[in-house]
Amino acid sequence: MAKIDEYIPVVGQPQIDDLRLLAEKLRGKVIQNINSTSVGGGVAEILSRMVPMLKELGVDARWDFIKGGERFFEATKKFHNALHGVNVELLDQDFDVFLETSRNNIEELNTYGDVVFIHDPQPIALVDKKAGNKWIWRCHVDVSEPNKRVWDFLRGYIDRYDASVFSAPAFSQKLPVKQFLISPSIDPLSDKNKDLPQETIDAVLEKYGIPKDKPIVTQISRFDRLKDPLGVIQVYKQVKKYSDCRLVLAGGGASDDPESAEVLLEVREAAKGDPDIHILLLAQNDIEINALQRASTVIMQKSLREGFGLTVSEALWKAKPVVASNVGGIPLQIAHKYSGLLCNSIEGAGFSLKQLLHSPDYARKLGENGREHVKNNFLITRHLKEYMLLFLSLYHPGDIVYL
Amino acid sequence: MAETGTAKEPFLFYTRMHLTELTGLRASTLGQLLKLVKEVNGSCIYHHTHRFLQQHQYLSPEPPNDFAYWVTEVLGEDELGERLASIDVVQFSTIRSLRDKIAATIESYLAKNPMAKVRFSGENEEFHFMKSISFVIPTKYTAHDLGEFADMLGKVTIDSIYYHIFEARLRLEKDTNDFSNWIRTSIGDERIAREISQLDPYTFTLEGLRSRMVRIINSRSSY
Repeated sequence: MAKIDEYIPVVGQPQIDDLRLLAEKLRGKVIQNINSTSVGGGVAEILSRMVPMLKELGVDARWDFIKGGERFFEATKKFHNALHGVNVELLDQDFDVFLETSRNNIEELNTYGDVVFIHDPQPIALVDKKAGNKWIWRCHVDVSEPNKRVWDFLRGYIDRYDASVFSAPAFSQKLPVKQFLISPSIDPLSDKNKDLPQETIDAVLEKYGIPKDKPIVTQISRFDRLKDPLGVIQVYKQVKKYSDCRLVLAGGGASDDPESAEVLLEVREAAKGDPDIHILLLAQNDIEINALQRASTVIMQKSLREGFGLTVSEALWKAKPVVASNVGGIPLQIAHKYSGLLCNSIEGAGFSLKQLLHSPDYARKLGENGREHVKNNFLITRHLKEYMLLFLSLYHPGDIVYL
Repeated sequence: MAETGTAKEPFLFYTRMHLTELTGLRASTLGQLLKLVKEVNGSCIYHHTHRFLQQHQYLSPEPPNDFAYWVTEVLGEDELGERLASIDVVQFSTIRSLRDKIAATIESYLAKNPMAKVRFSGENEEFHFMKSISFVIPTKYTAHDLGEFADMLGKVTIDSIYYHIFEARLRLEKDTNDFSNWIRTSIGDERIAREISQLDPYTFTLEGLRSRMVRIINSRSSY
């Protein structure tokens, strides 16, 4: 894993100096992160980089997990979908199993941090253990139009935190606790985003049997209905009539997502009979994802809802032209027609994809602008800085803080 | 490099970092926007008129304040958008007076264009009010004369330049920016102080502003 000083050539010395300045102010505080899984999905990925970097800066950051069985994760998956505004059947026993598992975690987990930083709804009930320490709830979900029953249920917990964090302005609700806007980030030096030699990219294409004879359109995402992989296949079919191309749908599964196998089956069924559609269920292999993104002509992210949609920043960092839905945190990453193309429908996505395949100069310009935008706003160094400011804000109220 | 006598008081460079706080307040019509512009905390007005300075360090397609962008791009009220974008922020020495100008601009437009009252933003396109929380931190850079000052001005972060030029003047309601104030009172060079204070910093990128100020000091100070 990259050391802090290795980021200097990417973001400049002053940014790294700022991080050291802030870390110094947090000396002596224990920052305890808690979530539900160590692998799979954006939260685990960010924490796996963030925690070691904070430690290297001298901040005592730790990372703990709650435990939960299959029924618990089925219930929290329903909550997740309901928070995204999806119509799901919520049963009383979903709430019962959530409460029961939460009680077990409250008994077993030691919340020793000076700052307890809870990620997403799964561990939210731990706030019952709040004592004299500071608690933050970090919401990685798009809650712009949440299901009322689930939101009201969670509000019983959220309102007891010292602060909450959301990824996009549209996710904020009127709350009695402070709410901060902190976008997630990508790590430019991680295996998923670092520069790769052409041989590595070619080897990955060869491994998965993807010829380079046609433009490659790719969506990297878990097989999740909210990522709309079936919609992407429809977009591809619409475009294929005019512009010969290949479609790659690639992603892994997260251990807290029981629905992905079912979605994968549906996707395979929809792609049946077309040799130019490549469905790849990848084990956690960031170099391969990186290579697939770099091999692509256009990247898509046609999500129906998005917590943030970091795959967009990953693609833009590689200066790739992107067609993505105008949902969640995606419009923060893409200024329409400047750093990518935003769409609101299958037809719109198809039109945009055709434009990019037919106008490579335009596509290249969008990709270049996108990389600059990501460099300024969505790299992990900015994220680290804002998290440290967030922790400090708990001890320094007011709009202007002199440290 | 500029060389002059020792300053009466050294100049300590500070830097400023910020967090964005969400308020949960949103507007979907011009009427709602106007009402909230009049009511929200001054830190919200400051955020929406200054955010672009630090977020867009390259040629940006957005107009230089969030109100103008939303009115133009979401509501399609181009004329009002242009009027809001061209408010000369440097003319205002308090956030209160800047807020009054923004509100008056919207109010007078609504009075002349009553149909503008019935335009709604689309789904997920509301204006979300946010505010800036500033963290001000001393840096390791201290200048004892104008030569040192010019050197350090070339080295500090753009956040430091932002703090001393924008935040000090408008948010902390000092009469002028910190650099001009120090050059006038501690170095005694009225001409350089005036030349820096007469720049319109809103029309530069922060890097462009840095270069311009270093050039002014190096070309004007005595050798």
